[in-house]
This record gives sequence, structure tokens and C-alpha cells, in this order.
Amino acid sequence: MKFGPMKPHRRQRLMVVGLIVLCSSAAVMLAMMALEENVNLFYSPNEIVKGEAPVDTMIRAGGMVLEGSVVRSETDLTVDFVIGDLVAAEVPVRYTGILPDLFREGQGVVARGRLTPEGVFVADEVLAKHDENYMPPEVADVIARAHENETPAGESGGQ
Amino acid sequence: MWRWFHKLGSPRSFYLISNRLLPWLGAAAGLLLVVGAVWGLLFAPPDYQQGNSVRIMYIHVPASILAQSGYLLMATAGAIYLIWRIKLADIAMQCVAPLGASLTFLALVTGSIWGKPTWGTWWQWDARLTSTLVLLFLYLGVVALRSALEYRESAGRATAILALVGVVNLPIIKYSVDWWNTLHQPSSFSLTEKPAMPAEMWLPLLVMVIGFYCFFFTVWILRIRSEIIQRESGTEWVRGVAGS
Repeated sequence: MKFGPMKPHRRQRLMVVGLIVLCSSAAVMLAMMALEENVNLFYSPNEIVKGEAPVDTMIRAGGMVLEGSVVRSETDLTVDFVIGDLVAAEVPVRYTGILPDLFREGQGVVARGRLTPEGVFVADEVLAKHDENYMPPEVADVIARAHENETPAGESGGQ
Repeated sequence: MWRWFHKLGSPRSFYLISNRLLPWLGAAAGLLLVVGAVWGLLFAPPDYQQGNSVRIMYIHVPASILAQSGYLLMATAGAIYLIWRIKLADIAMQCVAPLGASLTFLALVTGSIWGKPTWGTWWQWDARLTSTLVLLFLYLGVVALRSALEYRESAGRATAILALVGVVNLPIIKYSVDWWNTLHQPSSFSLTEKPAMPAEMWLPLLVMVIGFYCFFFTVWILRIRSEIIQRESGTEWVRGVAGS
């Protein structure tokens, strides 16, 4: 076997290999474009507020649990909270059941359930979504304390 | 350079060169995996939200990375075989498929074990999870197709084509978390930005990733060697190796 200019039959095979990859990619891309909506696991609060999510159909909604929005019932396991995209859109959610350990305010969740005509999302499953940030508990404490010191005083740093 | 490449392409020289390489690679794999596992599982800090279940990452992330790298290597070997008909490329492709399938399975299982306490579910039909499951089926398809075809030549060509068709799945796995809404979090690492975790977490992870690579290549080379011996069992040099 010699290198240098490629032999014609090998160049032809190289092109066939390229063609296989290209064609299969194109086919899958077209399928993906057709499926676009369905590949998304959940609707964002913005889509729900804009009315793009179907009403009274089993869907998933995902977003951040807004700070201070969680209200637990005193008689049963019902929890009311609001999910938002931290910009403008907000969707109230009602869920009865046990929440995952990572459920907390300011954390992302994905809920499965139905959207009522009144715009309340009644969930029968709530999953916690973890973000890409990892840190040791001590670091998280330091950050949380820095935040607390900052906000009421209105100035950065000083203690 | 090309000459050296050619030499490596012949099963006999591959066998002899790998003889010298294997002990080093195997030792590196053992050392890195032990250091990385002890560091990650015992000494690295827990996460502020996931607690100790974050340690699954030290197995899950390297397994997922290797599952995808393995597929890329398999498809590359397939392309080389289709174009140049180098026998060793066919052997390499055949030997990497079960290895890649096992790593993909490990990635899926560890992810599931992590998902239950963190997300609250073992499995969701999310784009990242589904495309990784497709990767497992592609690997299994390559294994099955090869064993279904009787003639080595046509089996080699058919599996190479299947492997190449499946390459499109790799960018889908990689970018699924950016293109669509998924339950799986986006990557904590990128080439341009600072990692989204402290050094005391990503250092042991890096050790584990390199350790997994060394382990992967060690096992791959071992498999290739035994396949070479089997295919060339009639030749003089194999008898020479066996005799000495």
C-alpha cells in the first residue's frame, strides 16, 4: 500500500463513507425538525403563559420555584407554589404528594400534570431538576452569608 | 510517519508493539483508578444539595465520556476499514463494540441510581437519556450484526456502515441538553469557561477520566491481541510467539 495521491478506488470509497455520514445526518436532522416540539421534555412557563401549551392534556411544565411562593397545606400533603423563568412568566402549580429531597425555592423542577382552563397547573408528579453547579456545603454557606450581609445593608462586602 | 503507521497496521507488528506498551498502560490504569476512586469517594467534599450522592459522578461521568469516545473510535475504525481494507481496523472495530456497550450500560445504570434520589425518578424520556439509550442499542446492533453475518468480509463492511450511520447520534447526545428542555443538567465543563465546580471536585474527576481512558485502551488492546492470535493462528509468527 502506498500513500501520496490517493488511489481512485479508495477515493471513491472515502466519498461513499462521507455520503453515508452526510445522508444519515440529514435524515435524522429532518426527523428532528419534524419532531421539534415533542423532543422537549417540558413546556417553559413562558410558553404556558403565552397559551402554547394545550389545556387539560397530560403535559410537563418546568421552571424555577419562585422564592417565597411555596405554601404547604396544614391538613394534607398538598403544596402550592409558583414556577417561573425569572423574567416575567409565572405559573401557579398545585401538587399533592411527596416532593423529592432537592425540591426547594430557587431550584428548578419539572412537573407532570394538566393545565386547568384557569391557568393552574395541577401536577401529579414533581421532579427536581439539578443544575450544572456543584459546590461543597461550606462554600454554599459562605455564599449564602455573603448574600444576607449584602442585601439588608445595601452595600457590598462590609461587616 | 506513514511508514510507522503502516507497520502498526499489520497484525504482527501491532502484537509486538503492544507487548511493550501494555504493562505501562495497565499499570497507569490501575494506579489512576485506585487514586481517583479513593480520592473521589472518600476525600472529595459532598455537594451542598446532593450530599454524598454527588460521588456517583466519579463513575458516571467517565463512563459516559468513554461510551461516546468509544463509539467515535469504532466509527473511525469502520471508515478506515471501508476505505483502505486494513484488517486490523476491522479487528479493532469488532473488539471495541462490547466494551463500549458495557460502558454505556454503566453510564445509564449509574445515572439512574443518581436520578432516583436527586430528581425523584429512575428514568425519564428526556433527550439526553434517550439518545444515550440509542447509543447502547447502536453498540448492541453492531455486535448483533457481526455475529449474524457469516462471512468476515461482508460482516466487516456491514458493521462499518452501521457504525458510520450511528455517528450522527454523538452530537445529539452532546448538545441535547442545550438544544432542548431536558431534565438532565447541562455540562459543568466547557473549553472556554471556568468549570462550574471547585478544583477539589473536578481534580479527582479528571483523574478518574484519564484512568478510565487507560483502562479502556488496555482492555481494547488485550481484546485485539486475542482476536489477532485467533485469526492468524495458522501463521508462523503466531506459532513462534506461542512457542517461546
